[in-house]
Amino acid sequence: MIWTSWSEFFAMGGYAVYVWGSFSVVALFMAGEVVLVRHRTKTVKKQLAQARRVGSAMTAGRRI
Amino acid sequence: MTLSHQVNSSNSNPLQKHRINWFKYASPPVFYPLAGKIFPWFFAIAAILAILGLYVGFVLAPTDFQQGDAYRIIFLHVPAAWMSMFIYMVMAFWAGIGLAFNTRLSSMMASALAPTGAMFTFLALWTGALWGRPTWGAWWVWDARLTSELILLFLYIGFMALQSSIDDARRADKAGAVLALVGVINVPIIYFSVQWWNTLHQGSSINMTSAPSMAMTMLLGMLIMALSFWAYAIAMTLYRVRCIMLERDRRADWVGSLMHETTTIQNDRTEQVR
Repeated sequence: MIWTSWSEFFAMGGYAVYVWGSFSVVALFMAGEVVLVRHRTKTVKKQLAQARRVGSAMTAGRRI
Repeated sequence: MTLSHQVNSSNSNPLQKHRINWFKYASPPVFYPLAGKIFPWFFAIAAILAILGLYVGFVLAPTDFQQGDAYRIIFLHVPAAWMSMFIYMVMAFWAGIGLAFNTRLSSMMASALAPTGAMFTFLALWTGALWGRPTWGAWWVWDARLTSELILLFLYIGFMALQSSIDDARRADKAGAVLALVGVINVPIIYFSVQWWNTLHQGSSINMTSAPSMAMTMLLGMLIMALSFWAYAIAMTLYRVRCIMLERDRRADWVGSLMHETTTIQNDRTEQVR
């Protein structure tokens, strides 16, 4: 273990802004990308389900 | 021996029997569930390797005696920069295959890779700026390595913008493929820029002046993080390509039956609950 305390770890030898600025932005972007694609998938699935309902309602209407 | 077996063995040669038909996986109805099975595993691998890599990078790797703790940005910067170039090559490959063989899924793979590649390119530039400031005294310099990496970001953005500006998906694929293939020339320029031009950016070998055991932990942390990013890129691409398949094939029969299956399964579940 090279760090003697948590505060020393967070200080990063005076380079805290640069080191944590890098790691936080990378983590944010990678997590954000997953969230965006999840949202995109949910949207298309919702649209597909909606189109299905409309489609089945139309065929039901035609039968009458 | 049954008759059918004898007929079979006499008709087909043994080599053909074991041949996998790769084109089978080029069809969205086959690839969609396959990608769905694979991508969670790669997300898990990426997470495990990231934890391991961060442990090596922050706990085992010592402070660099020249750069202090600022060098720890290397654990993100180098893997992100590698991925930015590698993803571009893979993207151009799939785009080229799509252009040459008219295989739709190949083009969808190229479209799925582009945003992740663009993100890694941005992150390479971002972490580079945050590393450059304490070590060079500048956030940005217009030298060969940095400028060619910025051009890579513009190529990714150009590819995505061009594709989204064309309504017809197949025409968008073709236009994007041409752009992606022309842009491939930039990748070796980035890679060899530190050798070809006099640049502020350090060479491929990382300047670690201390004992070899120290260099080993640094190198190990960097490689583990690179593998983590690689697994993440695979997972993300498969995740996104599934979404693109649904978007593009929304009127296709396989999507219809897929949606039918999921709704009936959901109905069965609610029946059971009742």
